[in-house]
Amino acid sequence: MKNVDKTPDEYNQMINQFRPGKPKIVNFLQAYLVGGLICGFGQALIEILQLLGMPADEASSLATIILIFLGALLTGLGIYDEIGQFGGAGSAVPITGFANAIVSPAMEFKSEGWILGTGAKMYIVAGPVLTYGMVTAFLIGLIKTIFKF
Amino acid sequence: MKRTGKTVYFDTPPVMLATSAMAGEMEGKGPLKEYFDKVVDDPYFQTQTFEKAERKLCGMNCQNVLKKANLQPDDIDFLLAGDLLNQIVTANFCARELQIPFIGLYGACSTMIEALSLGSMLIDGGYAQHIMAFASSHYQTAERQYRMPIEYGSQYPPYKQWTVTGTGAYVLAQNGIGPKITHATIGKVMDFGIIEPNDMGSAMAPAAADTIAQHLKDLGRTPDDYDLIVTGDLGQVGKTLTRELLREINYDVDEVLEDCGAMLYSQEQNTGSGGSGAAASAIVLASYLYQKLTLGEFQRIMVVGTGALLSPVSSLQGDTIPGIAHGITIEKP
Repeated sequence: MKNVDKTPDEYNQMINQFRPGKPKIVNFLQAYLVGGLICGFGQALIEILQLLGMPADEASSLATIILIFLGALLTGLGIYDEIGQFGGAGSAVPITGFANAIVSPAMEFKSEGWILGTGAKMYIVAGPVLTYGMVTAFLIGLIKTIFKF
Repeated sequence: MKRTGKTVYFDTPPVMLATSAMAGEMEGKGPLKEYFDKVVDDPYFQTQTFEKAERKLCGMNCQNVLKKANLQPDDIDFLLAGDLLNQIVTANFCARELQIPFIGLYGACSTMIEALSLGSMLIDGGYAQHIMAFASSHYQTAERQYRMPIEYGSQYPPYKQWTVTGTGAYVLAQNGIGPKITHATIGKVMDFGIIEPNDMGSAMAPAAADTIAQHLKDLGRTPDDYDLIVTGDLGQVGKTLTRELLREINYDVDEVLEDCGAMLYSQEQNTGSGGSGAAASAIVLASYLYQKLTLGEFQRIMVVGTGALLSPVSSLQGDTIPGIAHGITIEKP
């Protein structure tokens, strides 16, 4: 009897033959739709707030706050992960996705306490964004200082 | 030695005296719902945390299997159990309540069959009269340990599996009436270089195929000698790969190969490739398969517990995911 034996490359070929692929085109379209809807909704908020007489910069800040609140609320209600499964990057990239990335671990690690649970773990998903956002900001600031443009 | 090749045989096959299977909400909506002893819809099971809920369900299930076997904890010689959480905390805490001499096991999702194999060896070796064994997993506790926060909106690929919430418990005995465990094949760790943690079926398929082939070779049998060869939690993708790997070495299992994880959910439940987790084989064997064996609808089946030896740490460090599979043969009473 022969043994079950394959190189990683041979096995990989076999997997590609039998494993359903990711539906990339569908994922693209859904991401475009969901991302567009979220951003369109944000723009509509800004326009409405301005119509109500709010200055443009304040309206844009308030719209951001409202979107963050809605992202957090939908996460708490257990809906945002469903949107994420459908929308992919379309729901991850806008500010609502950032709210989801902070609120979901904050909720989840509450069982380990407010300090070492929620307090410490709420950045496990969004932490890299903060870290490398700050690093990038520092580097750009440095470049700007050196070249004084 | 009580062995042919790498397969252990039992002179006096241990009897599966009683089993009990309890499951969560998703499993309670699947095709096997009528076979479970209890379905618990609340993932917290009236406790503060998911981990406590998993523990509570296991404790209740252990009491239920003892009741069905008409035994007290004092009558049991050894408890063999494990789960998916770090330090197998579910099994440890249940063992604390039961006060039975305890052997904690970790074989990822192969733990149930590992426990039943070792339990059978203890009984046939003359070291025990009664063995209790259980394994458990819980969707939320596994997700938070191995993957992302539950409410985080990441997009999973279509072949990702759904961790089964549930626990299966067994009482094995030297004497009595019930399905009998006749053979056990302890598998070796196989690794064909899978790195994608969302595709554990592919990581486990080589181990499953190897253990099935080894078992058949050792006993000089063919797949047709079994009513069913059922793997633990390969899902649809892993099951297909196992079938094809076996075909390449001239074993045709098309008619008999099934997978507990794939059996647990229907297409409409959107569980990707099917169920995974230590509870997959534990609850399907303890409910559906056990009842069919008892009724004599199956004469002889092979159950192959499959485990992806995945660690979030090694995975982040770029290591591949090794797989393991253990098989037992069970015959009707």
